Amino acid sequence: MNPTPVIETIGLSKTYGKTDAVSGLNLRVMPNCITAFLGLNGAGKTTTIKMLLGMIRPSGGEARVLGRQIDSSDESVELRRSVAYVSESQRLYDYMTVAQIIRFTRSFYPAWCADTEKTLLRMYELPPNRKIKSLSKGMRRKLALLLAFARKPDLLILDEPSDGLDPVGIEQLLETLVSQCSTGTSIFFSSHQIAEVERVADRVCMIHKGRLVMDASLDEVRESYRQIDLVFNALPDEYELRMPGVERIESRGHQVRMIVSANAESVIERARAYYPSSTEVSPIGLREIFLDRVKEN
Amino acid sequence: MFFKLNTSIGQPFYVQLMQQIRHAAESGALQDGDQLPGIRTLAEELVVSPNTVARAYSELEHEGLLELRQGSGAFLTIKRRARGLTERVQAASRKVEDLIEELHQEGLQDNEIWRLFETALFHRAEIGAE
Repeated sequence: MNPTPVIETIGLSKTYGKTDAVSGLNLRVMPNCITAFLGLNGAGKTTTIKMLLGMIRPSGGEARVLGRQIDSSDESVELRRSVAYVSESQRLYDYMTVAQIIRFTRSFYPAWCADTEKTLLRMYELPPNRKIKSLSKGMRRKLALLLAFARKPDLLILDEPSDGLDPVGIEQLLETLVSQCSTGTSIFFSSHQIAEVERVADRVCMIHKGRLVMDASLDEVRESYRQIDLVFNALPDEYELRMPGVERIESRGHQVRMIVSANAESVIERARAYYPSSTEVSPIGLREIFLDRVKEN
Repeated sequence: MFFKLNTSIGQPFYVQLMQQIRHAAESGALQDGDQLPGIRTLAEELVVSPNTVARAYSELEHEGLLELRQGSGAFLTIKRRARGLTERVQAASRKVEDLIEELHQEGLQDNEIWRLFETALFHRAEIGAE
């Protein structure tokens, strides 16, 4: 049971002058899932997304989106029909009204969902007769989202979709992501907001300085990632505690703190051999893992 | 029913949902035949991936606590299931203690009681009884 990924990159790279914006990225995004692409500002998220959409040319590596090679120009038209994209720098036709651009966009997409259009128009409180140039940043974002969602694409790629939205707007956005996913759209969205990712995503891919530093399901994270705090009278050598699953070991005086991504029980078993005077195990959130990965690299 | 998902207890959301549904069934908050919201509806309400709800429902269906009907949602199927194993073992252990007590009063020694039990069980095994 191994479905074809909707996005697959192998060694995807982009260099600007001497700077590696993205280096050797191996990404696999599975269908019918909500996958978050988490990273700090400037980590390489937007560059990656633009390469996936054929908007900029990779310096190296390759990528497939919905099974199609991204740099093949014959396939890129087909691809644009089945992939919807919303970004922070979206250009909409300023002179059109909300209702006009909806009608205009609808004419290109036979699968257009009138229900979604109606629901979102109401939920986002978009004024149909207002010209786009006089919409606020948040309203433009919502309009762009409506246009993407109502197309019923196979794959939705969203670059920082919650940027510029207030808390209510973010909640509505996440709710819409959920309902889109339940009707069969695969979703790949970038974000630096851990709270929204943690709630809604099935999987999370973390990028830092152009490199993938983590790719895991949120269930896995909750089930297996643990922080283990130990106190020893005689500190064992760090090397003795290194074993599969141990991501990080730090010691301060008699204390040792470990972050493990798997095998917490065998790690504790191993540590017992050195007679710790105290052993404490606690779950660790996406936020701590993220900060840890960023610190480490 | 009301659900509450916690991001900081180190437990997958689908497991939390399963436990809350099981608990609601045990406490009577949910009764046999009650309907739970559809996967999409519940996912939207909790703002979690629909895959999370789908997994919780399908595992509970596997356990026999839920019945999923195409298009109309999930229904609780609380049958008079056999009491839990622990409960039955506890009850049996009390019976055995009572019996031993009684046999002591009739003047039997522990080793004699032990032999009686052994012989009886051995005999049952010999004749192929369950």
